[in-house]
Amino acid sequence: MPDATPALTVKGMHKRFGALEVLKGISLTANDGDVISILGSSGSGKSTFLRCINLLETPDQGDVTVAGELIKMKRKPDGTAEPADRRQVDRIRSELGMVFQGFNLWSHLTVLENLIEAPVHVQKRPRAECVDEAKALLAKVGIGDKHSYYPAHLSGGQQQRAAIARALAMRPKVMLFDEPTSALDPELVGEVLRVMRALADEGRTMLVVTHEMGFARDVSSRVMFLHKGQVEAEGEPEALFSGATSERFRQFISKERG
Amino acid sequence: MDWDFIGKTFWRLMAALPLTLEVWLFSVVLGGLIAAGVVWMRVSGSKPLAVLARGYVAIFRGTPLLIQLFLVYYGLASIPAVRHSLFWPILREPFYCGVLALGLCTAGYQSEIFRGALLAVPHGAIEAAKACGMSGLTMFRRIIFPIALRHALPAYSTEMISMVKATALVSLITLWDVMSVALKIRNDTLVTYLPLILAGAIYFTVNYILGAAFLSLERRLSPHLRARPS
Ligand SMILES: Nc1ncnc2c1ncn2[C@@H]1O[C@H](COP(=O)(O)OP(=O)(O)OP(=O)(O)O)[C@@H](O)[C@H]1O
Ligand SMILES: [Mg+2]
Repeated sequence: MPDATPALTVKGMHKRFGALEVLKGISLTANDGDVISILGSSGSGKSTFLRCINLLETPDQGDVTVAGELIKMKRKPDGTAEPADRRQVDRIRSELGMVFQGFNLWSHLTVLENLIEAPVHVQKRPRAECVDEAKALLAKVGIGDKHSYYPAHLSGGQQQRAAIARALAMRPKVMLFDEPTSALDPELVGEVLRVMRALADEGRTMLVVTHEMGFARDVSSRVMFLHKGQVEAEGEPEALFSGATSERFRQFISKERG
Repeated sequence: MDWDFIGKTFWRLMAALPLTLEVWLFSVVLGGLIAAGVVWMRVSGSKPLAVLARGYVAIFRGTPLLIQLFLVYYGLASIPAVRHSLFWPILREPFYCGVLALGLCTAGYQSEIFRGALLAVPHGAIEAAKACGMSGLTMFRRIIFPIALRHALPAYSTEMISMVKATALVSLITLWDVMSVALKIRNDTLVTYLPLILAGAIYFTVNYILGAAFLSLERRLSPHLRARPS
């Protein structure tokens, strides 16, 4: 039986950039252990949706609730939305581990320092404990021997695995991945997908924006297909990939396969 | 070669070096503080403040330091309001006039170095910091400042070296720095080149040491730019 409180819910999210309406009312519920792949063609709003969840972009409308806690928003005099409580946003962000397409490791810190930075300076946990945990995480993603390296000295695949470990080091309730393999050479994609699959297998709650159809079909528990800022189709991967649910999704996967 | 004269001249010049270094140190620190304010105005998001900051940089980079120095030294003293103000005991001193003029000038350059360094902090590094829940202050202290510092160092060391040389201008406002002692010896002895050559050697040595110190700091702070460990 799933936990009564979902790890993450999004209700009626809207976002526009100027005249362009990018998200037109998107809702989603992720229970503990759910792995939700978010698919859609370029420009359909996948990244924007993910970034609105942890407020890297400010949604115009819609509720985000993380483990039962609603992110409080308010309206500025000109009508645009903004977070009501910056501190709450910072705290909730620390509960959402984000992995970026471009890794975004901190270049002036070693891999180990990258991992303990936020646990020590945001969560204020004891340094020694964070170091032990960070080393264990690095071993888990297969770069335990690289902890004293700087990001610039790692391959793309290693950097992305370090970035995943950095997100995990915060002990997040939900992991958000924005096309984690899209910036990688094809031969490096596999090592990152393997790590993500292992995380899914151990019951992590994950939202994954991806163009990797294999991952979406085989690993995720649910698939959400966005089209022009709306949820065009959603469901279990078997049902969706059979092609019966949505004609558009069928066209999309046949194009993605090339 | 009159080794005795060379030795005496050298030590007279060296005796003036502390003043040169004091003018340098005080003015670059003052300039750094002003520059921090100017950069803050520039990136504050307020249009009037940004315009003011840009105007400041334009004026102090765009006019000769010698003119700025004379305006501070002679100009301020000619304003009665200044002479009757709280600051007069300070502004009356050529030393502080020199420090003020040099500080105002280097602030223009330093603020541009800081601004460029801030702009060079990768956007992704900032987003990652936000996504980890860092507050603005923590993010500045732990991520933005350390990365910007590394970007700023090469240009900053050049500015520090320029400033050592710029202190020679205070010889024109009655301060006994290395330059003015050299000019005095030259006048008194009618030996044309030797005092200048010795003074030049002293400036060179100071700057050589300064440059080496910055380079070693740069190396120490940027192991990520060196070859990977084997
Ligand atoms: N900061 C922004 N300002 C203006 N427009 C933006 C901004 N961010 C995104 N957009 C626009 O919003 C639309 C959706 O962008 P988004 O990045 O969410 O798409 P995506 O589905 O992630 O695409 P991709 O697969 O290419 O990453 C695009 O048309 C994009 O140009
Ligand atoms: Mg995207």
